[in-house]
This record gives sequence, C-alpha cells and structure tokens, in this order.
Amino acid sequence: MRSAHKKAVLGKVIVYVILILIALIMIIPFLWMLSASIKSDREVFQMNPFVWIPENPKWSNYSDIWTKIPFAKFVANTVFLTIVVTLLQLLTSSFAAYSFAKLNFRHKNGLFLAYIATIAMPWQVYMVPQFIMMRRMGLNDKLLAIICLQAFSAFGVFMMKQFYEGIPDDLCEAARIDGMSEYRIYASIMLPLSKPALSTLTIFTFVATWNDYLGPLIYLKSQEKKTIQLGLKMFISQYSSDYGLIMAGSVLSLIPVLIVFLVLQKYFVEGVASTGLKG
Amino acid sequence: MPKMDEAAKAAKIDGLQQELTKLITDVRTETDEKKKRKMIAEIGKYNRQIDKIKSGRILSRETKRDLIAYSFIAPNFIGFCVFTLIPIVFAFALAFMKWDGSNPIQWAGISNFVRLGDDIFFKAALKNTIIYCVGTVPLTMIASLALAIILNQKVKGRGIFRTLAFFPYVASLVAITSVWKMLFHPSKGPVNNILLNVFGAAQENLPQWFSGGLVLFSMILFSVWKYMGYYMVIYLAGLQGISSELYEAASLDGAGTWNKFRYVTWPQLSSTTFFVVVMLTINCFKVYDIAIMLAGGGSGELTTSATVLVYYIYQKAFIDWDLGYSSAVAMVLFAMVLIVTIIQFRGQAKRERT
Repeated sequence: MRSAHKKAVLGKVIVYVILILIALIMIIPFLWMLSASIKSDREVFQMNPFVWIPENPKWSNYSDIWTKIPFAKFVANTVFLTIVVTLLQLLTSSFAAYSFAKLNFRHKNGLFLAYIATIAMPWQVYMVPQFIMMRRMGLNDKLLAIICLQAFSAFGVFMMKQFYEGIPDDLCEAARIDGMSEYRIYASIMLPLSKPALSTLTIFTFVATWNDYLGPLIYLKSQEKKTIQLGLKMFISQYSSDYGLIMAGSVLSLIPVLIVFLVLQKYFVEGVASTGLKG
Repeated sequence: MPKMDEAAKAAKIDGLQQELTKLITDVRTETDEKKKRKMIAEIGKYNRQIDKIKSGRILSRETKRDLIAYSFIAPNFIGFCVFTLIPIVFAFALAFMKWDGSNPIQWAGISNFVRLGDDIFFKAALKNTIIYCVGTVPLTMIASLALAIILNQKVKGRGIFRTLAFFPYVASLVAITSVWKMLFHPSKGPVNNILLNVFGAAQENLPQWFSGGLVLFSMILFSVWKYMGYYMVIYLAGLQGISSELYEAASLDGAGTWNKFRYVTWPQLSSTTFFVVVMLTINCFKVYDIAIMLAGGGSGELTTSATVLVYYIYQKAFIDWDLGYSSAVAMVLFAMVLIVTIIQFRGQAKRERT
C-alpha cells in the first residue's frame, strides 16, 4: 500500500517537472524578447554573466522605434484594417449564416455548396489571379484590397451556421408568430445568443488579420500603407543588428493580440475545440 | 398582374383545384417512390398558384421569403463571389495560359505542366515542402497529444499552462521568428553558446541553424513549438469526450498507465488524431512565412535549400511575372490538398458507417 502511494507521488512529481519544462520552453523566447528589448545591442548577447534585467535598462528602445521608422503609421494602418475586417466578417457571416441555418429558400443547397467547396481551397492557390483582378479594379496598394481579401471568408459563414443550427427552431417560430420580421429575429434573438461563436470568430479574424504577412506583402507597396508586420520585417532587414530595437518593436506588435487573446481566451479554447472536432 | 374580373378568377381557381384533387388521388395510388415525390412537389406548385390568384399579390409568399433570405446572404456572398469564387475559376484557366500580366494572354495547353518536370527549383520546392511536412506532422502530433494528456490530469495551474502553450500560436511570426533567429544565432546566440561552453562543442562545429542542410530542421522545430498549443486544445476536447468508465474498467483489469493509454486513450482518440493529422498536413503544404522569415535573407529570397511551394508560386508570379507557370505550380499545391481532403472525407464516412 505504501509503495503504491510512493509511486503516485513520484508520478505527480514527474508530471510537474515535465509541465514546468514545457512551460519554460514555451515562455523563454518571450521572456528573452522582453529582456532584450531593454538592453543595448552589446548587452543582448552578453552571456557571462547573463542578466535578465540590465543594470541600466535602455527604455529608450521603446521610444526610438517610433522615430526610426513610421511605426505609428504602421500601427494605425493595422488597427484600421483589423477593426474593419473583423466587424465586416462578424456582420456579414452571421447574417448569411442565419439565412442558411434558419430560413428556407430556393437554391439554398446550391449556394451553400459554393461555400463548402472552397473551404478547403488554400488562398495561396488563387492569390495570383485575385491580385490581377484587384489590380484591374484599381485596388493595388490600397488598404481596401486587404479588407476585400480578408472580410468574406467561407470559414466564418460555415462556423456561424454550425452554431445557429444548435439553437432550437422553436425560438424563431415563436417570434414569427408574434409577428417579428426576420431582421428583428436576427438582431434581437439570434445575435445575443451567439456570443461564444462571435467571440471565437473575433479572435480568429483578429489574429489572422493582425499577423497576416503575405497578403499585405503582395498588395501594400508604399511606405505609408504598410502594416506592422511588413514594417517590422522591413526594419529587421534594414537594421539587422539593432537587436534591442527589433525586440522592442516585436514586443509592441504582440501587445494587442495578447490583450484580445487573454480577454476572449475562454471562448477561444472552446471554439477551437468545437470547430476543430466538427472540422 | 392585370386585374382579372372576379368570374374569370373563380373559374381559374376552380380549374386548378380540380387538377389538384385529381393529383392528390393519384398520389395515394402511386407506388413508385420517385414519381410520388415528383407529384408531391407539383401539388405544392398548384397550391402556390391558387394562393397567388386568390390574394392577387404581385409577389407570392415564396418569392418574398426568398428575397428576404437572399438579402441576408447577399453582403457576404457578393464579396465571396467576387474575391474568392471568380479568382479560383480564373486560377484553373490561368494554369493553361501564358501571360505576363500586361501583354495579351496566349493559350499554352499543358506546356506549363510539362515545364514543371525539368525545373530544378520546382523540384527542390516540392521536396522541401514534403520533408518539412513529414518532419512536422508526427512531431507536432506527438507533442500536442503528450501535452494534452498531462494537462488533462488534475494538476494545479492547468489554465496557466494552457494559456502559455497557446500563446506562441497567436503571436505574430515576424516577432517570434526574430527572437528565434537571435536565440539560435550561429556565433552569438545563447543556444550555440551553451553548446560551446556546456557541452564543449568545437567552435567550427557549431551548427548554422538557418542555412544549408539544417534550415529545414530548424523550420520543423520552430513549427512544433509554435503550433503544438493549438492542436493540444483539440486533443484536450477529444480527451474530455472519453468516458471515465472505460478507465475504471481498465483499472479493474489491472491495466497500468501505459496499457490504459494503449487500449483506451489511443483508440478512443483515433478520430481526433485523424483530424489533427489531416489539418497539420494541409497547413504544412501551405508553409511560406516560416521559411521566408527564418531562412530568407535581407531581401526575403530563398535558396534551393529552403524554398517551398508557396514561395515558388509567389516568386514566379510577382518577381518573374510568369503567371501561367505560377498557376501551374499552384495547381500542384491544390492537388496535394485535394488528395488529403478526399482521404479525410473517405475516412470520416468509413468511421460513421462503423
């Protein structure tokens, strides 16, 4: 009996050791980033002795990054894009999904098939013709191009539809009998009920737009149109040995995503789990 | 609709009604299922017609219903159609054309695909993508499953661990790859420093993580680190779906930890694992940013040791302006994803039947 107990304790200890090890592997790059962001370029790679917080923290890294490159402009562009894309995505997908989930109409299956058929199609397969088309429309080097590119995904419609189908039809029927229009039903019954799905979609869209690199790389050419990711990459290639500044810029670029993630993470984990399993 | 006088209206309704009753009696006696269904659809049509004449409205109730439904779909569908559906159709056509984006398009037949055969850059891109995939998929799967199993136990600070493991997934690539490049810096980075000072590796033997043969290995390592948190969450959901009775039964049979994993956890998770592997594979095929940021030089160019399919699509289109050929490479990517998707559908159907 005693040896069994010992074994259980040992097992627990091993589990915790592994967990702490993994947690360290996960977090050390971020801690290192924070630490390097307040160091001078010489201190960044100083190993003997290695210090996490230098004696004279170089806070100026965080102010210099705004003047070395038009960082504020990049931030403004990215914030604008992310907010517009996320709002459009939430609004149009939930709108379309309501129709697919709760209304009957002609060509319903055909229209939905168009969405399903493209959900597995990688964007990289059609990014070139898409660019050619957008250039024809005069969208080259315009922020609007990125909005058009990101805002109307099949994934959003699909995910919201899955969620709406879980809401009982009786709810809508009762509202219809009360004489509510479909628009009212959507706005005052369905939307408030779909908070978890909307939160999940918000994080997915927010993270994808904020972190997107290839899309902006193809479309946004001029300096004042660039997003944070492009601007940061540009800075890294131009000042490749300004390590402290690079890290300060990186830390700043992570903060908004970190905030959104921490606020909505409960929904995110649920959302990934449920959409993941349904595929 | 022109105004009909009441008598004509009544007569028309009468006529329709008669046909309707005849149809209804026919349906009762009809035995062929297919024909029956067709007739029932026709009954609906008659009913609608009668309705329309009776109410005298321009739009029938059905048309109005359809219009409302379309108004819900339109904002998304128009954007989706213009910016996704049309480019996809265009992409298929372009693969058989020769075009530089400004001069007239020429028909090229299958010559783009023939060219793929002796293009060493394409072959390198394809090979690297597949090696990256073969390395990343099993490692990520094992790491995320192990992590999920550990976090599924009653341990303190579970939520914090889960958040930590997830954070690399949401963090932007530009930021975290720049950290990795510093951590693994060939001459100054702490990783090589530890190899040098703790493990006594010779200075000239220190690995060059981001060039030559090691670059794919570094990319794989990085992807496992970045994406394991995401798949861990999917596995956690799978684990929570396993009934605890199965474990109790296994305990009664005297199964140890390993046997419980082998005979309960692993088989119960098979559909989750299947899904994870499919998603991982497809995402590996689409790799681009990781290669560019870890191995690309200042101008973001990749050599044959690190080039991947999506990079080659990008290069052929936006640097060489060989749009038709670029689309042919894109078709190869599409075919790879399609094959994996078909395997997934087959697997799912098989699982649902059993």
